[in-house]
Amino acid sequence: MKYFLITALFLSSYFFSTAEAQKYRLSSSEVSFFSDAPMEDIEAFNKDSKSIFDASTGEIAFVVPIKSFEFKKSLMQEHFNENYLESDKYPDAKFEGKLQGYEAGKTAQEVIAKGKLTIHGITHEVEVPGSVKENGSGLEMQAVFPIKVADYDIDIPKIVFYNIAEEVEVRVHFQYQPYVQ
Amino acid sequence: MFSKILMTLCLALGLGEYILAQGLLDELENEQDSVQQVADATFKGTRLINGHSVETDGEGELNFIISHRFGRINGGAYEFFGLDESNVRLALEYGLTDRLNIGIGRSSFEKVIDGFVKYRLLQQQSGAQEIPLSITAFSSMAINTLRNENPERELQFKSRVDYTYQLLMARKFSSNLSLQLMPTLVHRNLVMTADQDNNLFALGVGGRYKLTKRVALNLEYYYRLNADAEENFYYNPLAIGFDIETGGHVFQLHFTNARSMIEEGFITESTGNFFSGDIHFGFNISRVFQLK
Repeated sequence: MKYFLITALFLSSYFFSTAEAQKYRLSSSEVSFFSDAPMEDIEAFNKDSKSIFDASTGEIAFVVPIKSFEFKKSLMQEHFNENYLESDKYPDAKFEGKLQGYEAGKTAQEVIAKGKLTIHGITHEVEVPGSVKENGSGLEMQAVFPIKVADYDIDIPKIVFYNIAEEVEVRVHFQYQPYVQ
Repeated sequence: MFSKILMTLCLALGLGEYILAQGLLDELENEQDSVQQVADATFKGTRLINGHSVETDGEGELNFIISHRFGRINGGAYEFFGLDESNVRLALEYGLTDRLNIGIGRSSFEKVIDGFVKYRLLQQQSGAQEIPLSITAFSSMAINTLRNENPERELQFKSRVDYTYQLLMARKFSSNLSLQLMPTLVHRNLVMTADQDNNLFALGVGGRYKLTKRVALNLEYYYRLNADAEENFYYNPLAIGFDIETGGHVFQLHFTNARSMIEEGFITESTGNFFSGDIHFGFNISRVFQLK
């Protein structure tokens, strides 16, 4: 009995440890987007993202709660949630994929995040170039990429006052820490 | 005993495999959501129709509201279905903070100047801390500035002043449906007869149903609880309207049996019988300017 228990414990710890050993979680994050429109610029920031990065496989996933985007104008924020992103129906933007070209242990490297990006309930395969740096507290990732509003079925009618550009620039800045369960 | 051990082993193996198989995204999504979700946009505007909604202007927002109520639709083609006659209210409201609003307005109807203070006590939210309702307190003062047409009777300033106190309670049930309850007290410094109560209590109900992303159907009704004999001449105010939202503007088009656009007026003195066609077409156009 004892032996079996030890074996079981050992086996389970083996499985748990291979699954968790090289995982990283966010310690701080900022996701922002910027729309350069003729009428006025629109900008919003979000610090509530969640993310896991598995350094052993290069797999990465993140969830960005839409309602946490903060705009300077509260009315813009309301329209963003109520009319454009319909955050009651689609509360999160998500990404799941792999960092291609990632090599664990390098202090600085350029990678391409390839995977599925879901916004407003619509999923597209994307390839986003970015950088990974190792710093004192863990890993720092950065990426800047454009998103075409129409690709995600975000409908902006001609009559609206705040003209939004057809493409918005998204900036992602994630700081990861090694994560032990 | 052996089977027990086997089970433990299977469990350990099974669990391990399960965790391996689970994607990173699932792992994130399975976590308890700690982010507070605020129910925003319970209503499109700070007005339901005639009366206020729980919504407040954000900090530094100046909201300019132009409202019209035309004559009665049953005036027929001769009166161009009421459009020949119109009364206007111009108003400015400002968000001192996201919760505290002040506003002033001037109506051509009875030349009334009004001022109000509105404070958001609670905002509906879900998450770690659950708040089921949004509650906003509202208080206004209205001054009738019509010239005294009866020189034999002196009219003191205080006799021209009325006060309204409301508690606006709303819940956004889904992204389409929001309902609001409005217990109201209107205090009139001057009433028609000596034995008439200066305080009129009313209970308002209202709601919106979103028809499309930018168009909502609104309803508003106030039941006057202690309207006495003198006030039987008046009707409970009923209004039905559409909100059309275009970004910085909200257009509200509505049909109501009230002519006045402020609480003190439409709750106590609506003269139209809605179901006999004493209906006034009207609109509110609200334009928000961000000052800060």
